[in-house]
Amino acid sequence: MSIYLNKDSKIIVQGITGGMGSKHTTLMLDAGSNIVGGVNARKAGTTVELGGQDLPVYGTVKEAMAETGADVSVVFVPPAFTKDACIEAIDAGIGLLVVITEGVPVQDTAEVWSYLQSPANSGGTRMIGPNCPGIITPGESLAGITPHTIAGKGPVGLVSKSGTLTYQMMYELKDFGFSTAIGIGGDPIIGTTHIDALAAFEADPETKAIVMIGEIGGDAEERAAAYIKDHVTKPVVGYVAGFTAPEGKTMGHAGAIVSGSSGTAQAKKEALEAVGVKVGKTPSETAALMREVLQSL
Amino acid sequence: MEYQAKELFAKHGVTTTLGVVVETAEAAKAAAEKLGGVTVIKAQVKAGGRGKAGGVKLAKTADEAFEHASKILGMEIKGLTVNRVLVTPATPPEEEYYFSFLLDRANRQYLCIASVEGGVEIEEVAKTNPDAVKQIAIDPGAGVDEAKARAIATEAKFPEPVFEQAVAMIQALYRVFVEEDATLVEVNPLARLAGDKLEALDGKVSLDDNASEVRHPDHEGFVIREEEDQLEAKAKDKGLNYVKLDGQVGIIGNGAGLVMSTLDVVAYAGEAHGGVKPANFLDIGGGANAQVMADGLDVILGDPQVKSVFVNVFGGITACDEVANGIKGALEILGDEASKPLVVRLDGNNVEKGRAILDELNHPLVTQVDTMDGAADKAAELANA
Repeated sequence: MSIYLNKDSKIIVQGITGGMGSKHTTLMLDAGSNIVGGVNARKAGTTVELGGQDLPVYGTVKEAMAETGADVSVVFVPPAFTKDACIEAIDAGIGLLVVITEGVPVQDTAEVWSYLQSPANSGGTRMIGPNCPGIITPGESLAGITPHTIAGKGPVGLVSKSGTLTYQMMYELKDFGFSTAIGIGGDPIIGTTHIDALAAFEADPETKAIVMIGEIGGDAEERAAAYIKDHVTKPVVGYVAGFTAPEGKTMGHAGAIVSGSSGTAQAKKEALEAVGVKVGKTPSETAALMREVLQSL
Repeated sequence: MEYQAKELFAKHGVTTTLGVVVETAEAAKAAAEKLGGVTVIKAQVKAGGRGKAGGVKLAKTADEAFEHASKILGMEIKGLTVNRVLVTPATPPEEEYYFSFLLDRANRQYLCIASVEGGVEIEEVAKTNPDAVKQIAIDPGAGVDEAKARAIATEAKFPEPVFEQAVAMIQALYRVFVEEDATLVEVNPLARLAGDKLEALDGKVSLDDNASEVRHPDHEGFVIREEEDQLEAKAKDKGLNYVKLDGQVGIIGNGAGLVMSTLDVVAYAGEAHGGVKPANFLDIGGGANAQVMADGLDVILGDPQVKSVFVNVFGGITACDEVANGIKGALEILGDEASKPLVVRLDGNNVEKGRAILDELNHPLVTQVDTMDGAADKAAELANA
């Protein structure tokens, strides 16, 4: 078991012929993902050879799904076209839409989110991202850019706003392994939240404990803390990046900004600790806390 | 800044008075003469509380305008030097309202905040009489059409004599919000002037950097270079994601989350080494080639406060040997300019090769430490030496 993605997932790549798209399709194939094709309207009907396989390129997501039975799409198209790519995939009724693209205008994401909530989303699409590393179920499938070589299968579920902190944490806990690791992205508006992932990990029998990585900005971690209190029985260990971030400066991620007293790392840490989540001061301390939890299970 | 917000207001049909932006007291006097009557001299900086700081003054005559402008120009408001003032006709409001559209992160939609009780003192009103501050959700898919604008004006209780003007202004402000890709469009105060005329007396617009990059090349014109930190401006020119902080340990890393985390780890380590702190945020992303590394080091070493540099890279997609070659190449490019000790921690993809390259380089300034915590401690120690 795992969440959202497993060995049976059939993946297409929107933007498969671009630089990022082709590079990461090859890496996803290396990770064992079942990539069944790609989408590029201008190259419909051709094939692209990646990782030793000839992958068909379709004109639309709808056509790709009809021909291949795909249920997951990974989006690598440039930011100016990301909204249209997402709407197209939602219209086609894709199950899981993983948006890797960085730099998407936030109002575009807001419109996509509104579309996901509307009757138009009759297929019940779930979006992860944008501006995220995607999702990996080690040993089964990768839909995104997380290196599959860091850690293998195991009992830990991981949800994080940040890509490299996901990698760092997987590395620290590689001897235990992960059920699924999901990077939800650092933009102000994202499709899948900490709470969504916590709910899915709680329901996943393979996941025994959960690492939740947050960062400054917004109130997603505080909301997650409230959710954990009422709905999560599995042990959760937390980490929040950005204790030393000054007010009013955006720290790399568009969403990572402290404004006034809201969005500080300290407030997030306190909210999590108040509901019994152990919070590490550093990635290594967080990993040590998780180690203790796993050894006591 | 206010005058820039007003330019955007005017562009989309929001009733406002642009006034004249000037950089000298003489020009302020000339502007006041031209406008005639009583004028307001307003400091133009990206900060609230300008009035309380003495940055907004009423001038009855052109000479008074000169006097006020010479005092306000050069003044510091919340750490920002005032380099320009806006001269506008004084239009005393009969009533002051508050209005804004903003991105509501938590609910993943837009929010309209409106109040007809109190403009500039909106925060006070929100505390003492929260019912008077209306919050109305906007569906980004549906937007604000005339019917929605009418509903907002009704809920906010705009008085009858200005009601229709409010409906038109709400639609115009929404155009500013969506067509300019703003994350905030605020009018404060929205004033009811003599003769029941509704006008945006002051305002603020925050723009989404991603959208400016993708589809608003004209937004570059709003950047006031002299207000930017020099090192930040230099980094921006080189396409680096750099934020200047106030410490002694320069930081280079890959990925926003890891770099933020690195700042924290260095600050904790600094507690044992004379309280040294991180000097900057710098995310070099995935492309850690020699030129990017050299550019990054060049910017960081340009900060006279920096005493040591911590390069913290986790090779995910990026391979550590590429990063090591990047560091090697950067040191060659910089030559004698590289003058501060460099603590390097590499981990992840191809780490053995990466470490071997730096071992072989055996550069007097470079120290390798295998863990993030250990490397932070070493960098802090060197910064305190």
